[in-house]
Amino acid sequence: MAIAAIEILDLEKSYLVGFWRKRPKLALRPLRLTIEEGEVFGFLGPNGAGKTTTLKLLMGLVFPTAGTARILGMDMDDPRVKAQIGFLPEQPYFYDHLTARELLNYYGQLSGIPSKERSARVEQMLARVGLSDSAGIQLRKFSKGMLQRVGLAQAILHDPKLVFLDEPMSGLDPMGRREVRDLIQQLRQEGKTVFFSTHILSDAESLCDRVAVIHQGELRGVGKVAELTSGTQGKVEIVFYANAQQVPTALTALGAESRFGGGNMVNSVLPEAQQDAALDVLRREHMKLISLTPVRRSLEEYYIQQLRPAENEEIRNQESHKQENQKNELREEASRKGVGV
Amino acid sequence: MNSNVTGARIGYIAFNTFREAVRDRVLYNLIAFALLLSGAAILVGEISIDIERLVVVNLGLTAVSLFGVVIAIFIGIGLVSKEIDKRTLYTVLSRPVRRWEFVVGKFFGLTGTLVVNTFFMALGVFLALVYVAHKFEPMDVWVLAALYFIVLQFFIVCALALFFSSFSTPLMSAIFTFALFVIGNLSEDLRGFARVTSGLGGAVATAIAYMVPNFSALNVISQVAHGDPVPGRLILYNTAYALLYSAMAISGAVLIFQRRNLK
Ligand SMILES: Nc1ncnc2c1ncn2[C@@H]1O[C@H](COP(=O)(O)OP(=O)(O)OP(=O)(O)O)[C@@H](O)[C@H]1O
Ligand SMILES: [Mg+2]
Repeated sequence: MAIAAIEILDLEKSYLVGFWRKRPKLALRPLRLTIEEGEVFGFLGPNGAGKTTTLKLLMGLVFPTAGTARILGMDMDDPRVKAQIGFLPEQPYFYDHLTARELLNYYGQLSGIPSKERSARVEQMLARVGLSDSAGIQLRKFSKGMLQRVGLAQAILHDPKLVFLDEPMSGLDPMGRREVRDLIQQLRQEGKTVFFSTHILSDAESLCDRVAVIHQGELRGVGKVAELTSGTQGKVEIVFYANAQQVPTALTALGAESRFGGGNMVNSVLPEAQQDAALDVLRREHMKLISLTPVRRSLEEYYIQQLRPAENEEIRNQESHKQENQKNELREEASRKGVGV
Repeated sequence: MNSNVTGARIGYIAFNTFREAVRDRVLYNLIAFALLLSGAAILVGEISIDIERLVVVNLGLTAVSLFGVVIAIFIGIGLVSKEIDKRTLYTVLSRPVRRWEFVVGKFFGLTGTLVVNTFFMALGVFLALVYVAHKFEPMDVWVLAALYFIVLQFFIVCALALFFSSFSTPLMSAIFTFALFVIGNLSEDLRGFARVTSGLGGAVATAIAYMVPNFSALNVISQVAHGDPVPGRLILYNTAYALLYSAMAISGAVLIFQRRNLK
């Protein structure tokens, strides 16, 4: 049986905040999530949801309050893990006294790439992220997007099996975004596992095998993108040419919501059950059918749906927490009020 | 992942630290040092008879020590904390680098920078000596011992700066380290005071006297300025002392840094 690439086992993080660092602030509620080998996995959630926190926990940059994780079948603290993973931090910042080439060479040394292969590998990476021409310039003179490219190069420099990217598209121009998408596709083809956080849902939709939605430190949903977006919603969209600037009343009677496109073209959305009846109407009225497609849910709709029950669920959670530990919860609530409003 | 590789990683980190210091123009302090020393040498050569050597050695070595200590403190306090603040550490620690390797590598990078810096300053001191005395004397060899002790002081100061910066702000770390440097230079007096004081005060004084770094023992500047030899036993003792003291401070820094949540 193949081992999972990442197995997050109830990883939890609360920060102590306030002047005396006494008040706990829950950044990540116990998170349980498994990412299979070879998957491209999108980690979605609004600002402050806990995406970066999760990645920092997995990288060992901050320590969990509770829980653990297994990476490539090893304990997350196992030093051997680090040789096989790559990490692009959020808004990466590097030693700005170095040139891009020197920086990658240094990271290559730290990753244990043998000196024979190192410089060729560095040049290859520089080319891959489109920095060959600026490789000899000190990083203090780099733009934000160029730094992001350096960040991507260093994340895949040592040919890791598993790559963690925290908002890989941020700060990039449209071409740059496209290049990153291509890069992630290439990584997938090479059989790598990619775990990345993003705010750009269209990117997640086109790239990911699966996504998870996290909100206020809590996992709201996980699923295959294909399944999440293929849910037909029980509706179909019919596009046809009407004979005049008027939608047949028979169609409206079937529950269709229609609007005119260009000229006499009509766009109607109606329940799937009425599909045949609607086609009959069009045939009877001699109207030309252009297309009939099931209405698919976009990832964006799924995402928003996952966030929406937030309020209700939050109240439910608060109730149960109160029963468990009233005192603790009061503190937390106070912190939420302090920060949230 | 054997010790060999650990050593290599520490070396890479140290070299990068050295390179950063050089590119940040830390070695430019040598210009100020050279100006100061040549000015002094010329002045002394003009006015005094017989005490030129005394003045040049005293002044030269004191300047070597102070310049170095200032560099050690100012770079030392930022050695690790700056990397946390700037988040340059993220992409280092996500590689097969242990946190202690990072700290030790940074330490050797800074001490290495100071050794190179001191080497050039030492050259300057000897040039000034030749300028005022027109020849080398056998007793000048002890100047080398004094320089060696100064370097040992730098090791301790770097380690202390690193230690304090692992849990306090840069400003406080600088103040603590400098305070310990000053008190450490008075530690011989402090030990004397402890010996003649009884009761609680004496106990406290003894504890402090033995806890602060013994910079007095590492300061033989006026001794060698007068041409007195430095006993081999002291060289041995000071070496062991400085290494042990730095190792302890570094271990403390590592222990704190190991469990620290990075910002
Ligand atoms: N060092 C810290 N001390 C206190 N709270 C923190 C700390 N770091 C993060 N948090 C809190 O943890 C929560 C999650 O933050 P995190 O950075 O993981 O969000 P994110 O999902 O990455 O958001 P974004 O999309 O804006 O990057 C936030 O509420 C944040 O305020
Ligand atoms: Mg983030």
